[in-house]
Amino acid sequence: MLRISCPWCGVRDETEFHYGGQAHIARPEDPDALTDAEWADFLFMRDNPKGAFAERWMHAAGCRRWFNVKRHTVTHEILAVYRPGEPAP
Amino acid sequence: MEKFSAWSLARNALTGHRRWSRQWRSPEPKRHYDVIVIGGGGHGLATAYYLAKNHGIDNVAVLEKGWLGGGNTGRNTTILRSNYLWDESAALYEHSLKLWESLSRELNYNVMFSQRGVLNLAHNTSDVRAGRRRAEANRLNGVDSSWLEPDAVKDICPILNTSVDLRYPVVGATYQPRGGTARHDAVAWGFARAADERGVDIVQNCEVTGIRREGGRVTGVETSRGFVGAGKVAMVTAGHSSVLAEMAGFRLPIQSHPLQALVSEPIKPVLDTVVMSGAIHVYVSQSDKGELVIGAGIDSYNSYAQRGSFHVVEGQMAALVELFPMFARLRMMRNWGGIVDVCPDASPIIGKTPVEGLYLNGGWGTGGFKATPGSGWLFAWTIAHDEPHPINAPFTLERFTGGALIDEHGAAAVAH
Repeated sequence: MLRISCPWCGVRDETEFHYGGQAHIARPEDPDALTDAEWADFLFMRDNPKGAFAERWMHAAGCRRWFNVKRHTVTHEILAVYRPGEPAP
Repeated sequence: MEKFSAWSLARNALTGHRRWSRQWRSPEPKRHYDVIVIGGGGHGLATAYYLAKNHGIDNVAVLEKGWLGGGNTGRNTTILRSNYLWDESAALYEHSLKLWESLSRELNYNVMFSQRGVLNLAHNTSDVRAGRRRAEANRLNGVDSSWLEPDAVKDICPILNTSVDLRYPVVGATYQPRGGTARHDAVAWGFARAADERGVDIVQNCEVTGIRREGGRVTGVETSRGFVGAGKVAMVTAGHSSVLAEMAGFRLPIQSHPLQALVSEPIKPVLDTVVMSGAIHVYVSQSDKGELVIGAGIDSYNSYAQRGSFHVVEGQMAALVELFPMFARLRMMRNWGGIVDVCPDASPIIGKTPVEGLYLNGGWGTGGFKATPGSGWLFAWTIAHDEPHPINAPFTLERFTGGALIDEHGAAAVAH
């Protein structure tokens, strides 16, 4: 079980959180202008690195706020926790 | 190659089983092959076997970074079935189940295929609606499947707790009698032996570290044992598909997650069918050794660690003990994780890639083992003809651009 530090509530067990997948995927400004391939890229294509990964978590059983985590996908070590809007460290 | 038979068994018994020949060679990789298959799991070995057998392409190497069947092939819960909802999926998995039915004879290798039936339990109204619909859709596609009320479920599996007092009572189930199990290691070994016999080079401890391309066309692979050239390269590395795709310069709609399983201490036969519950995240069968083989749901986060969180196992065991109170005193012997590639629609990708001469078979999510022979058969066809077979044509990477997704989250039976 991971121990995740919510930026607002502090360190809690993983079971209090909900996973949100890859972070920093910006919704296209003008979806109608995209080709099918560009839309598929936004909707379905995802990074899936073996190593450091920036991902979203939500403190579902706590403050219910979203935030970002940088975590290693082999060691599971949490490298950084940062609030939405902050750049990835 | 020594043929396995009652006669060869008796003959080798006379020499104390010390003179069995090696089942496959361990060759050094050649400088060039017509086809390189990356990944020596069941799907990769089946691909190589059917390339040689069905298409006469035998200048083939299977490159495996570890040992044969040491990845997801040896980590799954060995369940076979074909009761998927959509026409495309029913065609894919039923094609595979039909190959399973004659596989031991085909390979001259006992894969311990056992059609003990598979129950998929329903616990609430929406499960009932989805299950009945799926059973009817299966029948329209010629897949043996039916809907059972709780009493009929109890007849098939008497030790199942069908009391209405359960927090998640069993309110029915779909049942596929032709479903069952097979011994997963034997599947890898059987395909390896049969492929080797037809001239395929199986190279273990050979990790692919790069995919060489020239002018948009693949020319070979960089490996831990040097460069190996190839006319065509086939990636069959479920769990690590995205890592390989990155080497070849394109992205996939795949996320890798841990999926855990465990086995109990061996006990006398108590469970002669497979029981699965997608709603409460547990599925169980009993191996011929007597161990219960129990699977969980996936961990929510991306990982390549081949281990998962303990709270997932705790939830899985709570569900198991509620369904089978008699298992409460069993001790669990081993627990492990595999890395599954999950697509957004819980269906696999089998087809061509943006790189010419490079083919992809992956994204099987939590249910690839059941498809092993069919997947290899179709992938070999796709490689040989440089276009997908009609059965896997709906399962290409292009479906994510065209929008024709094949949503099998309901039939996948493992929550993700």
